[in-house]
Amino acid sequence: MKIPYYPGCTLNTVAKDFDLSAKTSALAMGFELAELPQWNCCGATFPLTPDNIIALTAPAKVLSNARLAGDTLTTLCSVCYNVLKRTNKVIRDDKERRSTINGFIEADYDGSLNIIHFLEILRDRIGFEKVKKAVKKPLNGLKAASYYGCMLLRPFEDMGIDDSEAPMIMENLVTALGAEPVTFPNKIECCGAHLAMNNEDIVTRLSGNVMTSAVNSGAEIIVTTCPLCHYNLEKSQPKVAESTPGYKNVPIVYFTQLLGLALGQNEAGLGFDKNQWDARPLLKKKGLL
Amino acid sequence: MPRIGVFVCQCGNNIAATVDTKKVAEEMKNLPGVVFACDYKFMCSSPGQDMLKNAIKDNKLDGVIVSACSPHMHEKTFRKACESAGLNPYQCEITNIREQCSWVHHDKTKKAGTLKSADLTRMTIERLKKNKPLAKIKIPVKKKAIVIGGGIAGIQAALDIAEGGVDVIIVEKEPSIGGNMARLSETFPTMDCSQCILTPKMVEAELHERITLYTYSEIEKVDGYIGNFTVQIRRKSKYVDEERCTGCGECIEKCPFKVDSAFELGMTKRKVIYTPFPQSVPNVPVIDAPNCTKIQKDKCGVCAIVCGPKCIDFKMEDKIVTVEAGAIIVATGYQLMPNERFGEYGYGRIKDVISGMQFERLASASGPTGGEIKRPSDGKVPRSVVFIQCAGSRDEKKGVSYCSKVCCMYTAKHTMLYSHKVHHGQSYVFYMDIRAGGKRYEEFVRRAIEHDNAMYLRGRVSRVYERDGKVLVQGADTLSGNQVEIEADMVVLATAIISRDGADTLAQKLSIGYDKYKFYNEYHPKLKPVETVTAGIFLAGTCMGPMDIPDSVAQGSAAASKVLSLFSADEMTREPITAIVNKVTCNSCWDCLTACPYSAIERDAVKNRQGVITKWLAKVNEGVCQGCGVCVAACRSKSIDLRGYTDEQVFAAINAF
Repeated sequence: MKIPYYPGCTLNTVAKDFDLSAKTSALAMGFELAELPQWNCCGATFPLTPDNIIALTAPAKVLSNARLAGDTLTTLCSVCYNVLKRTNKVIRDDKERRSTINGFIEADYDGSLNIIHFLEILRDRIGFEKVKKAVKKPLNGLKAASYYGCMLLRPFEDMGIDDSEAPMIMENLVTALGAEPVTFPNKIECCGAHLAMNNEDIVTRLSGNVMTSAVNSGAEIIVTTCPLCHYNLEKSQPKVAESTPGYKNVPIVYFTQLLGLALGQNEAGLGFDKNQWDARPLLKKKGLL
Repeated sequence: MPRIGVFVCQCGNNIAATVDTKKVAEEMKNLPGVVFACDYKFMCSSPGQDMLKNAIKDNKLDGVIVSACSPHMHEKTFRKACESAGLNPYQCEITNIREQCSWVHHDKTKKAGTLKSADLTRMTIERLKKNKPLAKIKIPVKKKAIVIGGGIAGIQAALDIAEGGVDVIIVEKEPSIGGNMARLSETFPTMDCSQCILTPKMVEAELHERITLYTYSEIEKVDGYIGNFTVQIRRKSKYVDEERCTGCGECIEKCPFKVDSAFELGMTKRKVIYTPFPQSVPNVPVIDAPNCTKIQKDKCGVCAIVCGPKCIDFKMEDKIVTVEAGAIIVATGYQLMPNERFGEYGYGRIKDVISGMQFERLASASGPTGGEIKRPSDGKVPRSVVFIQCAGSRDEKKGVSYCSKVCCMYTAKHTMLYSHKVHHGQSYVFYMDIRAGGKRYEEFVRRAIEHDNAMYLRGRVSRVYERDGKVLVQGADTLSGNQVEIEADMVVLATAIISRDGADTLAQKLSIGYDKYKFYNEYHPKLKPVETVTAGIFLAGTCMGPMDIPDSVAQGSAAASKVLSLFSADEMTREPITAIVNKVTCNSCWDCLTACPYSAIERDAVKNRQGVITKWLAKVNEGVCQGCGVCVAACRSKSIDLRGYTDEQVFAAINAF
């Protein structure tokens, strides 16, 4: 099974480990992420004003190209997923904006694409039960906290991947992989997002809240779906450790890295070497590597 | 030749600003059949009406046109004036030249307005020429009322009706009357105990010789019309003979099985044979059949063994009782939005997040903790409590767009009760706006803030979560512009008031309207606040929308007074604007019968001289017919006409245009 795949800019640059581990583990699960032959940046933010149509043209271009490759499109980055899914909904439901956008991008796209996240493929198309059966090396004893952030879940009416206030999709995956899910109160709080550019203090505080909350709840490792969350957590960890007595740095990995590991894939194809806080010592200690 | 008089009203400047009323009157004078025409400043004033009466007498008028405001405003006034001058009131017609003409025109030269007013008036003149005198319909009235719902509004309505000398039946779904008010601890703004003021009324209703209580009963079917309703009531099986039960409570004591108490909102258990609360009226227990092992599996039966008067009958079945009544009052009340809707507040996951109603039970002397404030998770006395207002109210995205009206007040009351019971406790209230409109309400909230030390924070809560046995509340304080995090022991949500489950089904049985939130619609939001579009059915209390106890009681009394005035005569009269069937052309296709929204069409047998039925024809029940005209449009053979709006009249008006 080949599924058309939109990596987005980040997965081609700072989050290569996400891209690599996703492709590896997809193959292990019996499907292939077929990268679109032609794609551009999704725009990285969904405009909050309805008349800001120009901001919708970049994602619309991605969608109209993707439609040529099939009726489904999958993606990994939470921001890309958010922007593409919401833009697709606008094009599908709002006739007026659809025709304006199509005029801009010189296309005739009708919003008929089905945008699904990699997690949805695992849950809805394959099923976590089957994932569990495919696990070769269960991640026994690994206490993993699933951190969702904002973009994957909200706004609920547009995203609908899971309950936006009490999501369980990642915990269920982690459980299927044999690890021990750690729930923590800040799992859907913001990491600080783009404020990384101009106000690091806020990012440090917010990401710090997420990490300390996870660690205090007993997490040994934090799992994410979002390259931006990943970046912010990794980058702010030294400052958090500095200001929080007794805090010990934890590895922050993508869910696909753990998935690949549990499916018995070679470490080389999972990009563990690219994480700022190396997960390998922990995994070795647990006998998983 | 008819003798018609035309009266054009200036309505001060309302009409005269854009319509030359004098010119309209002059033009009408030239039309055939018009013998009198004039304009006047205010036709509805006493001198205006006198002028109309005199003109009828002086000119021997047999028809009157008043070109003025909408017939909704003054049709009745002018028809009455005509009647007192000896004219049949239905020979008076109104032309609407205000709402449908002068108010929508801005042309100060008065050209368009005058032209249109003249056209409209001419149409009414032609229509009037085809009018026939009509006589008011008289309907006998069955002097008995049914009150659906035995909460405070229903009890008040029933008591007032009974005091007025009329028999009344209260139909209550639960095993006891009392409704939601029976759950409350104290009431704002006087802080008197809810049960202390409610239970005397409950007992009074039980003992009143004119009031019959049908508890544990629901409305099955409603037929008929104002003055003559036939209502089928399902009396659900209590498995206890009400007549013989002494209310000793032995059966409850000995019953070995317990389930969650719905009355206590799941905070404690009750027996399977139970009364909802100690002061239940009637004090007769019922068996919760789905949970009773005797009824389900034929095991146990202890209650029947210990019962002295032997009034327990496991074979008892539901009974359908048919009652005839002249009027119905709907007072079915409200329920609260299920807290499970508030994922961000942790309800369902965090035990110490409770609803306002659960707090009422905690504070109530008869509640699960005997009136001590103890949190559900471990029974500890909470040192700090956060109250979150507008949980679901004023929240179009996740809840309802309206304000639930009572939460600001009861939250202030909760902070007071809390500070009175836990002296060193600190309460925090997150609010959007404090809406304390009402007599002594604002002062009450100030008292909570100033004397009982409640900390009011203007802002919303983003998240509630648990840490080390505490409930952490994150929110915004918009007045200081800061984010706040409060470590609380308990959180109380002021959840939105919503309509009852099944409110829509009952409305459909009664043919009354409801809004998108399934609250029942009053006939007119200001001037007919307790009437419904269905004559003879009245509303009271929170089935119409959120309201507090004083308003519910006032409405109960208002609805009762409407019922009593309806019953003040043996017959009632109503407008003769009803459909009528032409028996010669009716071919019994029954399209009208399926089309009628009020079930006003009946099958009428036609017999020959030997008394044998030869055919069936459609017949309109004038008591039920609302004059909507749907049957007229549906009739294929054009055998139905609407009195006062006959095809002849309507076409005459159109042809004159």
